[in-house]
Amino acid sequence: MARVRLDKPWRPLDAATVADLRGELGVYQLADDAGRLLRIGYAGGRSLFGLRGELGAALAANEAARFRVEVTAQYLSRYEELLMVHKADFGDLPPGNAADGRRRLGRLSPG
Amino acid sequence: MDFEMSEEQALIVEQVRRFVRDEVAPLEANLDPDASRLEPEDQARLTKMTREMGLYGLGIPPEFGGPEIDIVTQTLIAMETSQHRAGLYSPCYGAFGGAGLAQLFEADDYQKERYLFPMLRGEKRGFFGLTEPSGGSDPARAIRTKAVRDGDDWLITGTKIFISGADVADFGIVFARTDASKGRGGVTCFIVDADTPGFHVRRVVHTLRSGHYGTELQFEEARVPHRNVLGEVNRGFAIANDRLTRQRIPYAAGCIGVAIKAQAMCIDYAKQRETFGAALATRQAVQWMVVDNEIDIRTARWATLAAACKAKRGEPYRADAAMAKLLASEGASRVVDRAIQIHGGYGVTKDFPFERWYREMRIRRIGEGPSEVQRIVMARELFDQALY
Repeated sequence: MARVRLDKPWRPLDAATVADLRGELGVYQLADDAGRLLRIGYAGGRSLFGLRGELGAALAANEAARFRVEVTAQYLSRYEELLMVHKADFGDLPPGNAADGRRRLGRLSPG
Repeated sequence: MDFEMSEEQALIVEQVRRFVRDEVAPLEANLDPDASRLEPEDQARLTKMTREMGLYGLGIPPEFGGPEIDIVTQTLIAMETSQHRAGLYSPCYGAFGGAGLAQLFEADDYQKERYLFPMLRGEKRGFFGLTEPSGGSDPARAIRTKAVRDGDDWLITGTKIFISGADVADFGIVFARTDASKGRGGVTCFIVDADTPGFHVRRVVHTLRSGHYGTELQFEEARVPHRNVLGEVNRGFAIANDRLTRQRIPYAAGCIGVAIKAQAMCIDYAKQRETFGAALATRQAVQWMVVDNEIDIRTARWATLAAACKAKRGEPYRADAAMAKLLASEGASRVVDRAIQIHGGYGVTKDFPFERWYREMRIRRIGEGPSEVQRIVMARELFDQALY
């Protein structure tokens, strides 16, 4: 059974690290220097260059200091799962996902 | 038997076809290829349109506010509403509404006030909790979730899996064993509020569908009042079985709609695409694939309409619905597979809807009872009584 939380080590959000990413579909998390999660996102079927494109855009916008990714074809359901887990763990969505609160997000008690 | 549409049916089908083509499909250009939901404002706009068309709430009996549309016409509509990228599992993104948990039409007055009417008004959502880790094809025997009477309440303990929408629901219909000594005669149906202590949505179950997921539920002595028993104690399996039979007709129709759309795209593409100096449409290998598509589509369509006609006449249609579901899910799977073959490399990209339909259509051969169970249903009737 897959792990519910995305708990891989953080990587620096810099040009060299992003350039190493492949254009795959998947989910990602962005954090500040202290490891505080800022936003959860996904590289979907309309993402130009997949995860590399999405993280490249985050780098260009100076949005975060660190990131981590998970390659998955189930990027939409995994993205929602990560939002739900964050809400279950911390009671709210990451600041960069406030707009996602417009939609009805599921409840999860991952234990 | 005559499957020619009445004038009214033809008008409705044409109206729905235009709605799908002009209002729904264009929105998908800006959505993720796997998306199953629209932006809320688009959703509201489309729903307003279907209400104005008098087609909102298909499947809801007229006495509960649904439109006066018979099951044959509903089947024809379902063959149209699935003809877009997300259409197999999210026909028109839910703009036509639906009956939701149809079992609640049989509820008592208290249950109707508390659950059915709010659900029909769109104020509450429900989930259908039947399948368990021990199996889904034979629910009467596979149900191990148990409910034990405790005064005026029941205590439910167990696990459910592959349950859609439980994480966003306000309540659910949950089947639990109340008499261990009986098979299908020992199952009771309960209405469980989602905020009941002891009820947990433990995890998301990812599937071939990226835009949708199932959930795993856990019940830890969840206390449910006796008045939330739906129907009678130990008679819950009949409620589940009735739902499974009824669902198979629109389920089949959705598959057929996707197959019809895929076939139209195959024909268009084969006329335009050239290989070795001639259009694909002139190649016998491609012609035969298109012909085989048509055979699959028409076979499934006729079987599904025949099942709907029987249901409309009030005749037993369990075996007919099983045959329709089997023919439609297996036939449409073949159609989508051939569509990918005709489109070559493009067929497997997210630029086209085929790869999504291919993944989702695979689930259709399992959901609402796998092909093998449909054959069991038919065999029971064949050995018990003539089919026609």
